[in-house]
Amino acid sequence: MRKSWWKILGVSLVFYTIIGGLLMEAPRLAILNETIRAMHFHVPMWFGMIIMLTASVYFSIRYLRTGNLKYDTYAIELVNTSILFGLLGLATGMIWAQFTWGAAWSGDPKQNGSAIGLLIYFAYILLRNSIADTQQKAKISSVYNIFAYATLIPLLFILPRLTDSLHPGNGGNPGFNAYELDGRLRMIFYPAVIGWTLLGVWLTELRIRLNFIKSQIDEQD
Amino acid sequence: MQTITWNALFWIIIVFANINGVAKSFLQEGEGRMLYYYTICKPQVILSGKLLFNVVLSTLIASVGFMVYAFILGNPVSNHSYFLLTILLVSIGFAGILTLVSGIVSKANNSTALLAILSFPILLPILLVAIRLSKNAIDGIDATLMNEKLFTLISVDAIVIATAYLLFPFIWRS
Repeated sequence: MRKSWWKILGVSLVFYTIIGGLLMEAPRLAILNETIRAMHFHVPMWFGMIIMLTASVYFSIRYLRTGNLKYDTYAIELVNTSILFGLLGLATGMIWAQFTWGAAWSGDPKQNGSAIGLLIYFAYILLRNSIADTQQKAKISSVYNIFAYATLIPLLFILPRLTDSLHPGNGGNPGFNAYELDGRLRMIFYPAVIGWTLLGVWLTELRIRLNFIKSQIDEQD
Repeated sequence: MQTITWNALFWIIIVFANINGVAKSFLQEGEGRMLYYYTICKPQVILSGKLLFNVVLSTLIASVGFMVYAFILGNPVSNHSYFLLTILLVSIGFAGILTLVSGIVSKANNSTALLAILSFPILLPILLVAIRLSKNAIDGIDATLMNEKLFTLISVDAIVIATAYLLFPFIWRS
């Protein structure tokens, strides 16, 4: 992970997304109009969040199997970045909803679901802060992380399909696949997902390294 | 009272009764007794025992709650078998979540406040399906339309209990 090519790739893809997403041509659709450009900034946040949460669960499992504290640090820092991505996803979604639905928060099932998802991970951070012993903290919070992820998946991927929602892709609204047919969007959307996710991984990597340096300083004192 | 309010109030009561009643399972055990359990049997056995007791307790809370509630505020339910089936499935799911979270909290700082904070967001997915199912049961919607949600509830229960069995040995060992 110390190689720099993927960081350069991530940053240039994000720049490409910002410039291309705002300036290049987008399909004109009723109601959505130019707000369709929000897709390049809103949807990749959720993609990045899910990818990083999955990675976090993977490291939690590895921690439980090996007992190496390194993996626990990976898990918590991935969750921290995921929360940031989740908050940004909510914020960009609310800006978009302000223009298309007429209100920033309308209690749509998708909005409620993502808010509950964030609540789960706030609880995870709270749990970590309430245990003093490092090994105990790592073990207990790994268990909670895995358990929370197991209930998060039905919340985000199964429940929204059972209800009607105004969100694109639900209840007869044209969804991701309908826009995907348009090459002009696809050309920016896929690089955007990769770019934002790489940026998130870089953020996480910096925090992890900072953590290791801090613990080494603590040991020397 | 409107049926929507009836339904929402009923489930709020059930959730908080469950958090206070079922969640006590590990919080009330002393250090010494935990150690004694640890020496005599495997973690899976402990979890099975706790889980069975909690499922029975949770179902009891919910059904007694339903009876008293229906007696006092009137009973708008038109499809009773589906309503009771929902109560049973929700009780299994709640018991599974609260048993494991209670185990987690007993290793942290043993406070009921932390337990409520940790368990509430993960109870919500089950609760959301339950509210929709019971609303359908109250309105007496055709059973074939409800089966899909019922299967969702069953699969969420299965996920919860399976992960609880996988993860419990790790909390128990410490």
